[in-house]
Amino acid sequence: MDFASLSTQLLVGLSRAMILFIVCAGLSFILGVLRVPNIAHGSLYMIGAFAAYSIFTHLGSSSSGFWLALILAPLVVALVSLVAERALFCHLYQREHLMLLLFTFALMLILDDLVKITWGPEYCSVLAPNILRGSVSMFGASLPRYNLFLLIVGPLVAIFLWLFVNKTKIGKISRAAAVDREMVGAVGINVSWVFAAAFVIGCFLAGLGGALVAPTVSICLGMDHDIIIEAFLIVTIGGLGNIWGALVGSLIFGVTHSFGVLLWPQFAIVFPYAAVVIVLLLRPRGLLKSVW
Amino acid sequence: MLEVEGIHTYYGLSHILFGVTLKVERGEIVCLLGRNGAGKTTTLKSIMGLTPPKQGSIRFKGEEISGMEPYLLARKGIGYVPDDRRIFADLTVGENLEIAARQLKEEQGWSKEKVYEIFPALRDIEHRKGGCLSGGEQKMLAIARALMGNPDLLLLDEPTEGLAPVLVHALEEKIKKLKEAGLTVLLAEQNVRSALRLSDHGYIIDNGQIRYQGSIEELKENEEVRKKYLLV
Ligand SMILES: Nc1ncnc2c1ncn2[C@@H]1O[C@H](COP(=O)(O)OP(=O)(O)OP(=O)(O)O)[C@@H](O)[C@H]1O
Ligand SMILES: [Mg+2]
Repeated sequence: MDFASLSTQLLVGLSRAMILFIVCAGLSFILGVLRVPNIAHGSLYMIGAFAAYSIFTHLGSSSSGFWLALILAPLVVALVSLVAERALFCHLYQREHLMLLLFTFALMLILDDLVKITWGPEYCSVLAPNILRGSVSMFGASLPRYNLFLLIVGPLVAIFLWLFVNKTKIGKISRAAAVDREMVGAVGINVSWVFAAAFVIGCFLAGLGGALVAPTVSICLGMDHDIIIEAFLIVTIGGLGNIWGALVGSLIFGVTHSFGVLLWPQFAIVFPYAAVVIVLLLRPRGLLKSVW
Repeated sequence: MLEVEGIHTYYGLSHILFGVTLKVERGEIVCLLGRNGAGKTTTLKSIMGLTPPKQGSIRFKGEEISGMEPYLLARKGIGYVPDDRRIFADLTVGENLEIAARQLKEEQGWSKEKVYEIFPALRDIEHRKGGCLSGGEQKMLAIARALMGNPDLLLLDEPTEGLAPVLVHALEEKIKKLKEAGLTVLLAEQNVRSALRLSDHGYIIDNGQIRYQGSIEELKENEEVRKKYLLV
């Protein structure tokens, strides 16, 4: 194993971690503010990928089609989630967690069927635009340009999230509502709309993750199940409701997976799960502070 | 300003308030006295809509408000300072105030600056997290936060609880200042002496029922009632 392949694997692992982070940050934000363990989050990620595919193909599979898909697909997901929130979720926040778990599970099944009806069971794919095809050399390693792009987008999203949570009024209100929603109401804030906004933002991130992953995978039914399990593990080891915990968890997951590929390729997928077990043995409540 | 009439409030199945009736006139400080568990906090929470009463009526500025959501009541001009403060621990002192700010149509009204003039100690800890404040600082912040909503009526639940005597006096001065600024206050207190110094009018509640009402002079003279319900 030489240094070049080591750093290639590391960078690929990190770029995959960026997608995980974007999806998990959304899941964790919803967990923190609304206290809803949203199993349908993976389905929204899948819808993001399929929507990106549809927008991309409608625009002649061009480069500009990709960029538009990247912007519009998360908005489509945000719209779907807004409808779901106003029609269903907003009546259920008082329920206990088990009920919410069952409810979001049901929503996942419904969304999966809707995806099957809309896009069919075939595999779809999206092409990255020209400037993101091919590879670049970094640190003596060759890295696909698209992965480099992900390595740039991930931190950008993190910065935007940080600014949103810490500098905007709605971000501050979200942090307050995560801990004491009743008191937020008592100071004159309509918590119902804060929750709607937080839910939509979290789901937007799921859609963004789906759109970003689209050129790197074959888009198909079932991609939601893979990600939702990983996502729940990641937010658990990071600390439920802590979006920086989602970042740490995603990095652990992505990097251990890529080292697994180097060390023992057939069983690469075991490595991140082993890392999860170790983290949870050492810190059962997750690495960073949880609001739960 | 506020008329509460015959409200009955429950926590689940347990019946806590039995027809509580009280009245607060504009510009007054009215205290609600009673022993532990008498129902003071529950009365304030019922007015704020946090534990809506099942029966009875609450009118604020002539409008029926019972059953309304707390955020609407806050916007109509009721400020609530809970007994356990409930500062937003993850937010800094400044942020706690910012998210509670409510712009008035006219330019006047409370702002962070004006609130800091009343509570200068808060200015020095503006960037500290709410979770890292002392009890007294939290008390001040809870009152300051309620002021940011530009209330006409302030519901104060045990503002002096757990404060050193010096601080109690300081806080009394601040509450008097707020009264001069035109605020109406309904004060739930165990600290009878402090309450008697501040208020214009008093109510005594026991076991979820109002047992006594009268002006503060009457209450000061009526030792028998005080002994019976307040043990002082
Ligand atoms: N969440 C609750 N669930 C059930 N019963 C409650 C709850 N909160 C308060 N009670 C009961 O309601 C009654 C009135 O409580 P309340 O908090 O209004 O008293 P209080 O006058 O504010 O007392 P203190 O001076 O100790 O604050 C008490 O008997 C208490 O046990
Ligand atoms: Mg009380």
